[in-house]
Amino acid sequence: MRIDRHPILTFERGREIEFEFDGRRLRGCEGETIAAALHAAGVRVLRESIRLGRPRGFFCAIGRCSSCLMTVNGVPNVMTCITPLEEGMRVETQRTKGTVPDGGHPGGDAPADADGVPIVAWGEAPGESLGDVPLAVVGGGPAGLSAAIAAGRLGVRSVVIDENQTAGGQLIKQTHMFFGSREHHARVRGVDIGPKLLSELEELPVELMLGTTALGLYNDLTLSLLVEGRHRRLSPETIIVATGASENMLAFENSDLPGVYGAGAVQTLMNVHGVVPGDRVLMVGAGNIGLIVSYQLLQAGVEVAAVIEGMPEVGGYHVHAAKIRRAGVPILTSHTIVRAEGETTVTGAKVVEVDESWRPVDGTERRLDVDTICLAVGLTPNVELAFQAGTREAHVRELGGRVAVHGPDLETSIPGLYIAGDASGIEEASTAMLEGRLAGLAAAKRLGAGDPAKIDALVSEAAAGLAALRAGPFGRQPRYGKERMFALKNREGTDESQA
Amino acid sequence: MSHRRDGILDEKNLRAVRPSDERLKQGPVVMVECVERIPCNPCVAACSKGAISIEGDLNDSPAVDHALCDGCGICISACPGLAIFVVDMSREGEDATVMLPYEFRPLPDKGETVTTLDRAGEVIGEAKVLRVLDAKALDRTPIVSLEVPKSQAMDVRHFVRRETP
Repeated sequence: MRIDRHPILTFERGREIEFEFDGRRLRGCEGETIAAALHAAGVRVLRESIRLGRPRGFFCAIGRCSSCLMTVNGVPNVMTCITPLEEGMRVETQRTKGTVPDGGHPGGDAPADADGVPIVAWGEAPGESLGDVPLAVVGGGPAGLSAAIAAGRLGVRSVVIDENQTAGGQLIKQTHMFFGSREHHARVRGVDIGPKLLSELEELPVELMLGTTALGLYNDLTLSLLVEGRHRRLSPETIIVATGASENMLAFENSDLPGVYGAGAVQTLMNVHGVVPGDRVLMVGAGNIGLIVSYQLLQAGVEVAAVIEGMPEVGGYHVHAAKIRRAGVPILTSHTIVRAEGETTVTGAKVVEVDESWRPVDGTERRLDVDTICLAVGLTPNVELAFQAGTREAHVRELGGRVAVHGPDLETSIPGLYIAGDASGIEEASTAMLEGRLAGLAAAKRLGAGDPAKIDALVSEAAAGLAALRAGPFGRQPRYGKERMFALKNREGTDESQA
Repeated sequence: MSHRRDGILDEKNLRAVRPSDERLKQGPVVMVECVERIPCNPCVAACSKGAISIEGDLNDSPAVDHALCDGCGICISACPGLAIFVVDMSREGEDATVMLPYEFRPLPDKGETVTTLDRAGEVIGEAKVLRVLDAKALDRTPIVSLEVPKSQAMDVRHFVRRETP
């Protein structure tokens, strides 16, 4: 179902077009993702799992989880959650691993073996070279854009690579006003911050490469890219990895059913595409994301049956909890989900109260009549690219898992390779923007751009802004995590697995 | 039960943000229901009277000088947490006015009767919509003024329309 009116957003939809789904004619809007068009047409099952043949829908809606792979125009394994819909597309439910059609391999014109797979020397990036660039930023979200702006203001030429068709990362779905102070874009809605950053970029020597996937990062800092279906190489002097994070899954019975979505996916569907995820939602997780997305669901006209939280207390800000509470949404702390009900899609959820050791309390299990289960149970940094280059790694629980070891200037153990934003530890967009700025400044300094004293002053300013955001009780976890991380960075040469 | 458990401010927290009875009798006044240390300060800049301040750390809760506040309500739309309300208990008769942020569509019409809700989302009663402010400067956080019985003015914090056209 499509949203007609919204208190914050207006949806500029493309013209209505026809496409084919498993032989049926369906209508969608040009330019929206295939998955969004299918959802708007009432299709939630996109494929079947390969071994057990279980139904699958999308989960992340940002091209990470591979739950939405379908066969499109004969090509299997198309990520339908980020692929734009085109007139006359042939979309099919995928039931197997799929086979690559003739000439369909991204290696293209490279020498190929009998199966059409390009032959590439070990350790060497395939494809034509796009040349050199002083700075490449991977990820056009709040951290990446801020990095390119900070470096660009000092005259550094850069390329920002993003696999989405629109830059801005997750800002494009944040309808609420940001917290912080004026320098952190406080009181500005997230959806309005992305365009602000992009207009700043326009004046600077920054090239945006959208619809481009960074496939790999070699240890000589060569980036392997997928540009319009073909392998390409880029050789930057410095790289900032700002690849964001992925939504966490939660293990419970039937958690793979279509209708179980990540909170970010629900935001994408309703705030980017203007399509509601369902009629009645159970939100799992009362951190800020769970609370904010619940409020956004209400704004989109969707009923929220309850927000459940396994911990005895709400994790997010009270003001976010208060907004949904006064609108009549129950917040059930010390509650967890036992199972999702339904054959092909979610038709209900069983929840139970838990004690302090997360053991179910007898006699408290109850069924909620919902068609959507939204998981807001944390994020995990997207670190694969940095790890491919061979950065030192460490597991820091407070930052959301394994991350590339980095210092306060966001430089990893590989000189010239930086990591910023959620990819460097889970926080929020306000801190991501400041981290991006710090990484951009550090890269510029390394490249010898600008006046070092001026850069140092800008670094102090951004560092002070970060410290202010992290100073309160809600900043304790990332603050502690970063402190541990910086201590690790200082201990060069020691085995981080001992940390 | 603590607001950390259920999202509802308890008596102790409410006492801390509630203007004095004396001040309430004098005219409309703000109630900033923001009790936690979170990094946020747009309310300070929004108030042209200097009634809201955050001393030192960005994370400190806003301190409100109710004597300086004239109840204009500009800060209501400036608060990212939608935690600011204005109450006017100084009116003659049985009714008070409550101004609250309302980010839902469709907006109510002036004169319409709506169902009022408290901080827990429980129905309290009904109210007449006195005014709906939706200026561009409010950036899509309209302010709705409701006429409610004085006895409910400290509890009405949201409303629903009776029928959604």
